[in-house]
Amino acid sequence: MTQAAVETRNLTRRFGALTAVRQLTLRIEEGEVFGLLGPNGSGKTTTIRMLCGLLEPSEGRATVAGIDVTAAPEQVKQRIGYMAQKVGLYEDLTTAENLDFYAGIYGLRGAAKQGRLAQVAAFLDLGERLGQLAGELSGGWKQRLALACALIHEPALLFLDEPTAGVDPAARRRFWRTIHALAQAGTTVLVTTHYMEEAEQCGRLAMMSRGHLIALGSPAEVAAQVGGRTLEDAFVILQERDER
Amino acid sequence: MMPHFWPMFRKEFIQMRRDRLTFAMMVGVPVLQLLVFGYAIQTDVRNLPAVVLDESRTPESREIIYAFQNTGNFRIVAYVDGRSALDRAIARGDAQAAIVVPYQYPRDLARGRTATLQIIVDASDPLASQAAIAAAGAVAQIRNLVILTHAAGRASLPLEARVRPRYNPGLRSPNYIVPGLVGVILTMTMVLITAMAIVRERERGTLEQLIVTPITKTELMLGKIAPYVGVGLMQMTAVLILGRFVFDVPLTGNLLLLYGVSLVFIIASLALGLFVSTLVRTQQQAMQASFGFMLPNILLSGFMFPRQAMPEIAQWLGLLVPLTYFLKVVRGILLKGVGLEALWREVLVLAGFAVLLIALSVRRFRKTLD
Ligand SMILES: Nc1ncnc2c1ncn2[C@@H]1O[C@H](COP(=O)(O)OP(=O)(O)OP(=O)(O)O)[C@@H](O)[C@H]1O
Ligand SMILES: [Mg+2]
Repeated sequence: MTQAAVETRNLTRRFGALTAVRQLTLRIEEGEVFGLLGPNGSGKTTTIRMLCGLLEPSEGRATVAGIDVTAAPEQVKQRIGYMAQKVGLYEDLTTAENLDFYAGIYGLRGAAKQGRLAQVAAFLDLGERLGQLAGELSGGWKQRLALACALIHEPALLFLDEPTAGVDPAARRRFWRTIHALAQAGTTVLVTTHYMEEAEQCGRLAMMSRGHLIALGSPAEVAAQVGGRTLEDAFVILQERDER
Repeated sequence: MMPHFWPMFRKEFIQMRRDRLTFAMMVGVPVLQLLVFGYAIQTDVRNLPAVVLDESRTPESREIIYAFQNTGNFRIVAYVDGRSALDRAIARGDAQAAIVVPYQYPRDLARGRTATLQIIVDASDPLASQAAIAAAGAVAQIRNLVILTHAAGRASLPLEARVRPRYNPGLRSPNYIVPGLVGVILTMTMVLITAMAIVRERERGTLEQLIVTPITKTELMLGKIAPYVGVGLMQMTAVLILGRFVFDVPLTGNLLLLYGVSLVFIIASLALGLFVSTLVRTQQQAMQASFGFMLPNILLSGFMFPRQAMPEIAQWLGLLVPLTYFLKVVRGILLKGVGLEALWREVLVLAGFAVLLIALSVRRFRKTLD
């Protein structure tokens, strides 16, 4: 068996009395586009943050690219790209300056850096926006720039937390074409979303409710669990079942 | 070594240049502080406007009036010829003091009786009036001595204490205040700017994106504060130039040494700001905490009140704030012109503060969201 891109075992995170993620056990293969679904507050962001080394698990363990996130979070950080739910761009820097900063922070230098910057700008079609302040970009462009920053060091894994929230449908479609292109090239993508047409595009899905897993499998498999209805129906029914 | 430092530094530098608040603090705070403190704490009372009522109009009266003028504390603005004119001049504020030489002054002197002079001061300004009162007392004492010496048949005064004020011969308070102000301004702006700079990243959500990268805590912290070292040096230069040309403060000592030591102090102040940023979550808290740290610096360091005059406990506490050491250094260099041989202990302590505070901040800072 090949090494999993992400593997969690009984991953749990508590905030005081609240258990945000409960006994999560998952395995994501390399090159998968894996969707994480669930209502607000179900623990998606908390899960991703633990996988990125931003939050320490209260219990259980997780490995990312074969590295234990609790034992060696800094090693994990070099291998992953992360787009936070609240996009963390420097709004007072231009597109080019944001890219240049993250390229430098990820250790790119000189000609290699310039080459990679040009490549990423072309890949995400940012050429005409390079001189614009990030704060003045529209939502869709901000999203693309944030993705570009997360991609700059060619990470093996991408964690995208609601990357298309609040973006118009055309821009979302373009964004997903980019995600598929990345997966084709071997990048593992873990993405959260509230849009069902996006969930349909994932290879496999995990549905969460109140911090734990309520369904796992391909979109068709998850839909079949509640009698072959649409994914949206499955989502609502499974969630209601869980909350009962 | 520290491969992520330069990208961090460059980014911070660009942001600093674009941030209007930082720019305003950089330029505005020194100018404002200097003008407020510089003028408000002009405690020297020179040239107090005074009117004279000379009822006797004799050589003796002219002599004593001349003695008053000579102290430099009084500037005679008018001679009046009656009590009512005198009262009016004081009431209107045309004069803050009046010297009255009574009609019988020369006669009393000649007959060996106690001759009296009357000095009227406008005491609504306590500082000014105190200086006037002290000067008047001194004039009278010296005249007394001269007269008694003559009466005793001696050619010279029996005793004279020759006081030589060293380093600040004019006893001018700007000479004391302005160098101290360099330290106060640096403390205020450096602490506040850095404390805010980190918390702002947290509030804007960029910190989450930053700590998910492989940058180390030390690189992050040092890259964050390094651009502001330049701000500190520029502020200091602004204060020194204003001090020199507006307040006539002499810049006696080795300026290169001063810049070297200030660099250490600036880093210590930035490090204090870093430390503050690890204690707070919001910009509001950062601002409050910064002022909380600044106040003891300003009060206990001897900027406003001499440390020797403080209660012992305050003197001890004063040893815990960096500004205390910097004030000693900056005054030593600027006013006394002394060098490193007299100040190396203070410089070492400042360097110790810088290293300790950076180490503490790095320790306290977490590359997680907990
Ligand atoms: N730092 C924190 N301190 C306390 N509680 C937290 C913290 N972060 C998250 N929580 C709580 O944990 C639960 C899960 O939050 P999380 O952000 O992981 O949900 P989510 O699935 O990402 O929701 P959304 O779809 O709204 O983004 C929520 O109840 C939230 O209030
Ligand atoms: Mg979330």
